Amino acid sequence: MLKKRWNHKKIFEWGIEGLIKLSGIVSIILVGLIFIFLLKEGISVFKIVNPINFILGKEWHPVSKPPDFGILSLILGSFAVTLGAAIIALPLGVTSAIFIAEVTTGKTKEMLKIGIEFLAAIPSVVIGFVGIVVLAPVIQKVFDLPTGLTVLTGSIMLSIMAMPTIVSISEDAITAVPKRYREAALALGATRWQTIWRVVLPSASGGIVAACMLGIGRVIGETMAVMMVTGNAPRIPHSLLEPARTLTSTIAAEMGETVQGSEHYFALFAIGIVLFIITFVINFTADLFLHKEKV
Amino acid sequence: MVDKLARIVTEELNVWYGAHQALKSISLKVEANEILGIIGPANSGKSTFLQVLNRLIDLKPQTRVSGRILIDNQEIFGANIDVEALRRKIGMIFALPIPLPMSIFDNIAYGPRRNGIKKKSMLEEIVEESLKAAYLWDEVKDRLSDSGLNLSGGQQQRLCIARTLALKPEVILFDEPCSGLDPVSTGKVEEAMLELKKNYTLVLVTNNTKQASRVADRTAFFLMGELIEINNTQEMFTVPRDKRTEDYISGRFG
Amino acid sequence: MKKLSPKITQKIVFSLLSLATLLAMVPVVLIVLIIIKNGLGAINWEFLTTAPRNGMREGGILPAIVGTFCLVTGAVVFAVPVGVFAAIYLNEYAKKNWLTRLIRLAIINLAGVSSVVYGLFGLGLFVIFLKFGASILAGAMTLAIMNLPVIITATREALANVPQSFREVSLSLGASKWQTIWHVVLPNAIPGILTGIILEISRAAGETAPILFTVAAFYLPGFPTSVFDQVMALPMHLYAISTQIPNIGLDVRYGTALVLLGVVLGVNSVVIIIRARLRRRQKW
Repeated sequence: MLKKRWNHKKIFEWGIEGLIKLSGIVSIILVGLIFIFLLKEGISVFKIVNPINFILGKEWHPVSKPPDFGILSLILGSFAVTLGAAIIALPLGVTSAIFIAEVTTGKTKEMLKIGIEFLAAIPSVVIGFVGIVVLAPVIQKVFDLPTGLTVLTGSIMLSIMAMPTIVSISEDAITAVPKRYREAALALGATRWQTIWRVVLPSASGGIVAACMLGIGRVIGETMAVMMVTGNAPRIPHSLLEPARTLTSTIAAEMGETVQGSEHYFALFAIGIVLFIITFVINFTADLFLHKEKV
Repeated sequence: MVDKLARIVTEELNVWYGAHQALKSISLKVEANEILGIIGPANSGKSTFLQVLNRLIDLKPQTRVSGRILIDNQEIFGANIDVEALRRKIGMIFALPIPLPMSIFDNIAYGPRRNGIKKKSMLEEIVEESLKAAYLWDEVKDRLSDSGLNLSGGQQQRLCIARTLALKPEVILFDEPCSGLDPVSTGKVEEAMLELKKNYTLVLVTNNTKQASRVADRTAFFLMGELIEINNTQEMFTVPRDKRTEDYISGRFG
Repeated sequence: MKKLSPKITQKIVFSLLSLATLLAMVPVVLIVLIIIKNGLGAINWEFLTTAPRNGMREGGILPAIVGTFCLVTGAVVFAVPVGVFAAIYLNEYAKKNWLTRLIRLAIINLAGVSSVVYGLFGLGLFVIFLKFGASILAGAMTLAIMNLPVIITATREALANVPQSFREVSLSLGASKWQTIWHVVLPNAIPGILTGIILEISRAAGETAPILFTVAAFYLPGFPTSVFDQVMALPMHLYAISTQIPNIGLDVRYGTALVLLGVVLGVNSVVIIIRARLRRRQKW
């Protein structure tokens, strides 16, 4: 009587559980597919230029004859913009997270969190647009430059975009610190700030580091805003007030003009490989930090 | 004495949670139409025992079960067992009443519907029958479409009993069914159990030794995963054979 | 110099913290205000219901609105079933082992991959390898994959919030695992899942880089007739008119930015309202 019999209900459920299990591994398949397709399209460029010269070559002239495929200036462009954005966003983001998590309560806290969520939602192209029409003229005037589209402009706009990631993940990490730690410290007569500084922040440090890394990852991968406001000059920038060009904006700006299967096309996919590896390493490390804390 | 029909037989039943052994070679029988009480201090393996009987233990990660459980002579951990049919046959009432977040009617019709009963008239009949058997019909018959969450604690527990009865089970497992209830509600649930015994076999796990002495025909005493003693309730409570049983029921530990 | 008393230190630190937070919040307020102030004047019936004219310097943005609508719908259609199923797998079926850990890592990575790399992937897989060409289908699928982590994370959280006891009750009543998920777990997780879907809508509507090479047309005044057609899209249109075409009136640009921002923030407000309601209503 208790023996299992196959009927249409059991067969249906067997099928649907199969689908569920398949969907479970779909994300692994996708990450694999992304890497495979980047490799498939990008690897051919290394027949023309060896990987070391590709990374360390200073000249990027993809359409001249013969072409130069060196992405060092693009890497440094990305690095400069990211560094600038990090210098602005990390301190502001982490302190805001501390303030929101530990100091504010009730309505104020709600409002601030909604604000951060709205900021996260603003499309990158809108940020870029505001950068062009509002910030760039100001930068141009203040520093008396030929153009307002500079590394600095990019860094400022990107710091705005990195903020939500940094704030929300840090805030989660801080809020996750068990209440009894705080109560113990307060019971010993520490002020709230002493408690935050000596007890809460050290226990949340793993999460905060992860938040900062993910924020930086977001900046490196960001495309539209940075393409619109950094001026797109494929040269190594020597100051924050010069235009530069990043890895992402190179792909976005040039892919439209390439012929499928051309050397230039392969080279842009190869840049994609570099970007994929960078973000993979950042996310992987950030995850280690997040994980460490939970154990 | 003639052996009564044994509904459930466990032989050398062991259960591990990871490295911790929760049940240690339990061998006992549950007879038809009796109430078997199971008493013992916290963490003595009573609830685990119930969860193995209808295989709810399958939900817990890292558990291991050895030994045999026979229900009407069928090995329930055997190959090709229809676990859903097993759980319909062996109903379970939990410690806290947990109505599903739906109407009273839907709560009771939940089990039959999942078993493929679709006809409205049939469901209505089952709902009325089950509610009557759980002594809840008169209190809720005019508001069957109300949420089950709006009932009082005692009513919710009787709703859960009715929900189990709707499956037409043969055995009902009670896992400390009165631990969250006041004395009046407890009395009503106990009354219902005594009535149910006529048609069902009941296993009652309880923290309250007095409750076991009031309703159970036989009582088993579990301690740290071991079955210390099983006997007629009256005998066990008057002349316990084991010193530890005596200590427990006289309230010297636990 | 005398050391400051802890009380005074705290006061100073807290005011600095609030100042920093204020500074962090200024941009969002400024961006929204600037765009509303300058964009509102451009928005009228004609702007919303006609195609661009005169090299996109005049006219409206209807084709871009329609295109974005198509892409968002497509992205939701592709991402929601897979995302919800994946979340069900992770929350209801997966055991704690290396595979689950790998899946989690993969999801984190999907969430972290640069949007332009998604564009490349979509180009390589859908446009070229599967021969969809630059089309709504290719663009919507690229957006769907990019937003999969959003749906998975939101759904998983919603599923995890359904009390374990409901599952035990349902199973103890003889329901199968799938019946338990379908009749008890999912109905109670709907608002959370909805939040994920709406967030996906908002992100899919605002993304530019993934559709750059997979679907978006620079200028295409007509409407699509099949999923293999190209379309214009709001973010792409804003990008085009703010960088590629000289001498465009600022009001056209601001107007487009306002419509895009309005769509995205409007959709996000819905999420916030659902969440607030949910928190108040939760009974168990």
